[in-house]
Amino acid sequence: MSTATTAIKPIMPAKHFLNDNYGIRSWLLTKDHKRIAILYLVSITFFFFMGGLFAALIRLELLTPQGDLFTSDTYNKLFSMHGINMVFFFLVPSIPATLGNFVLPIMLGAKDLAFPKINLLSWYIYIFAAFFSLATMVSGGVDTGWTFYTPLSSGFLHTHVALMAVGVIFAGFSSIFTGLNFIVTVHRMRAPGMTWGRLPLFVWSNYATSLIMVLATPVLAITLILLALERTFHIGVFDPRYGGDPVLFQHMFWFYSHPAVYIMILPGMGVISELITCFSRKRVFGYSFVAFSSIAIAVFGFLVWAHHMFVAGISQYSAMVFSLLSMAVAIPSAVKVFNWTATMYKGSISLDTPMLYALGFIGLFTIGGLTGIMLAALGMDVHVHDTYFVIAHFHYVMVGGMVTAYLGGLHFWWPKITGRMYPEAPAKLAAIITFIGFNLTFFPQFVLGYLGMPRRYHAYPPEFQVLNVLSSAGASVLAIGFILPAIYFLWSLKYGAIAGDNPWQATGLEWQTTSPPPTHNFHEVPVVTTRPYNYGAQQEVTVVH
Amino acid sequence: MSTSDTTATGDQAALETTSSEHHPALAHQFDSMAQQQGAATFGMWVFLLTEIMMFGGLFTAYLIYRIKYYPAFVAGSTSISVSWGFTNTLVLIASSFTMAMAVWSAHTGKRKPLVGFLIATMILGAVFLGIKGKEYYDKYDECHIPGHVIGKGFNAWGGCSVQNPGLGNIAQEIVEHAKESGETIPLPSAEQTARQTEIFFSFYFLMTGLHAFHMIIGMLLMTWLLLRARRGDFGPSYYTPVELGGLYWHFVDIVWIYLFPLLYLISRHKGAA
Amino acid sequence: MAEHAHPTPKLYFIIFITLAFFTCATWAIAFLDLGIFNPIVALAIACTKATLVILFFMHIRYSDRLTMLTVSLGFFWLMILITLSLSDYLSRTLLVR
Repeated sequence: MSTATTAIKPIMPAKHFLNDNYGIRSWLLTKDHKRIAILYLVSITFFFFMGGLFAALIRLELLTPQGDLFTSDTYNKLFSMHGINMVFFFLVPSIPATLGNFVLPIMLGAKDLAFPKINLLSWYIYIFAAFFSLATMVSGGVDTGWTFYTPLSSGFLHTHVALMAVGVIFAGFSSIFTGLNFIVTVHRMRAPGMTWGRLPLFVWSNYATSLIMVLATPVLAITLILLALERTFHIGVFDPRYGGDPVLFQHMFWFYSHPAVYIMILPGMGVISELITCFSRKRVFGYSFVAFSSIAIAVFGFLVWAHHMFVAGISQYSAMVFSLLSMAVAIPSAVKVFNWTATMYKGSISLDTPMLYALGFIGLFTIGGLTGIMLAALGMDVHVHDTYFVIAHFHYVMVGGMVTAYLGGLHFWWPKITGRMYPEAPAKLAAIITFIGFNLTFFPQFVLGYLGMPRRYHAYPPEFQVLNVLSSAGASVLAIGFILPAIYFLWSLKYGAIAGDNPWQATGLEWQTTSPPPTHNFHEVPVVTTRPYNYGAQQEVTVVH
Repeated sequence: MSTSDTTATGDQAALETTSSEHHPALAHQFDSMAQQQGAATFGMWVFLLTEIMMFGGLFTAYLIYRIKYYPAFVAGSTSISVSWGFTNTLVLIASSFTMAMAVWSAHTGKRKPLVGFLIATMILGAVFLGIKGKEYYDKYDECHIPGHVIGKGFNAWGGCSVQNPGLGNIAQEIVEHAKESGETIPLPSAEQTARQTEIFFSFYFLMTGLHAFHMIIGMLLMTWLLLRARRGDFGPSYYTPVELGGLYWHFVDIVWIYLFPLLYLISRHKGAA
Repeated sequence: MAEHAHPTPKLYFIIFITLAFFTCATWAIAFLDLGIFNPIVALAIACTKATLVILFFMHIRYSDRLTMLTVSLGFFWLMILITLSLSDYLSRTLLVR
């Protein structure tokens, strides 16, 4: 039956997961995946703003060619803490631990994840790791770069590398448990009728992400353990003074960190699939291709890591193989972009805020992805390795891609999570400001990199100043674009319009339950009988009474 | 044997929701004990997957250094006791057998054998750890602890000093032996070779240490299972924790099955037993 | 996942004896000079022992396809790490004169 609700005033259910239980213990000892999602939301937002603060200081320093604001050592600490906080404490958990935790079980028609206590444990491990990060920051930070390269990190620095490494190890364990939970949930907890071919693409993406989390993160753990031991006991595994091989560190580090960047984009792609289809009122074009491309990205992502090491001293033959494989990994991503575009073709587009973010994603991710292919080419990489070209590339995919998708998803599911709508006009404004600010910040960096400005330098030749000033100006605009949602989301909690069950008229099981959902997600077990994204047809999802 | 991929199993789960009795161990998010047990076992396998990758990282690093510093690795391997390693391997395999028997006892509802086999597994585990402790002590005695090379490095063990360079002895032997056999490739110096041998010992302690750490966790798990088994918690309808404990224990055994030849049996035919 | 068939104690004991036998074999063979085949044989025996533990003690032989896939995936992924890393180290001196 049609779910048109224009004539009916949306109501907030009397009892839902937020007011089911009160008190700090009901939150800190919760097993409800929805509450855990909110715990994560608060935590990662804190680290996003911490990382953003470091970014602001970096851009402030780079306004002038001289290294006049900070010493070079301090500057090293700034970009290291920016990278570590953003990568390990914000981006890796972002969509999976917040939106994934909240929406995935509901999308499957399940009452919770497979292992709710492990879900809570994973948040506590994250918080434990966060304390290490904060402790490191308070005691002066690390200056190794987020990549912790040896032998610099294993023996030459006097900053608290081991302390930070332990924090990152635990953040890794947190993500391993999240991934484990998702994998088992998707395999074992689907509602009756929810076959693999009916799963929302958001589930496919998070499933693929979870595979990466589970297979790659343990290698990071052992690498950082070895690094910490090298620093403390000089065991000789990475430090050439004791017979160790620094390139081995890079191999082991990037075996995780390259798949990690796919952890940091796949969930975003999943969100975009949901947004594009809903706001084009059209089924996703090529559902199977998009679904399998997520798995393909996860698998291929493991075969390309040495493209970060082209100039590190690996063999030429090995470099050629990795270069070829790196170009291949772009294919499944391209499949997605083409399918999203095809979905929009002849669709009924509505430019609500989530759709603005989705459209921004498609453009910015394409630029980021294409520049990635440029970097995969050996000759080009030798020229632009360790320059701002690389920085621009990964910020296009991580910020223009993942963060944009995260914001789009947050706006899309905000009514479901809180029962309230955010205010549309400020939201649209913020989306546009973010888009403009982002491009102003990072596009000049492509040019800077190509012209030869190296990364991780706090001083640069004066001829680069104009582009740097543009970039810093853009950063201020971008900051406004990020701060606005923080303000109006909080505002909406009290003053936002009541959303009702399905403000977007979207398909998907999460929209068949109340906003906010009850603690057990559904009042009755749903049974799925139709294909996903059944836009344009009569709604046929029935609820078994 | 079915997976949850078909509508039939989904319906089965839905049907089982309507059954009136709820096993006391059924968690709220599951519809049936079968679903819970399937999820738990699968979850444990995914966890073991992460353990394979973690040990795997260590194994990869080990492999690369073994190729790079082969003579030093031979020397290091020769200096650890193959008899103790062999004994330990048998001990651990026996403990895997008793653990499998424990799972079988739980599954067939035999409480006393279950308790007996769990205790046997723990005793064998303790024997393993005891032997490992003895081996570590021997290495300490011979000054083969990493960080002792020619007076440099970590020195909190006392006992070892510049006068007793420990690894330096092995290094000297390798260099002399290589000279005698007329090898023409440029030889590393004794100090370099000592460093390389030190790396062997780093891996020896790291790999067996990480393994022993997992054994200790296994022993704690066994203790918890033993307490629950004595209380009569397990039977044919619910013995998942025992099965999961078994999977963990067998995995730790498999790691050792690889560690033994990789660490203890490098070119044994060249050196003394 | 419903009940699966279980091995009998007798089968467990046979596997145990087989594993002990292979352990003795690998120890004895280590003292023979097989040149390049020493590590290969040792690893082959280790893989055989591991397979026996996985199939019988860990019940994979009696489990569903998903579990078998999970185990294979683990070892396959480890192989990716080892082979691609080694491919760098081993090809450094390839064709270099």
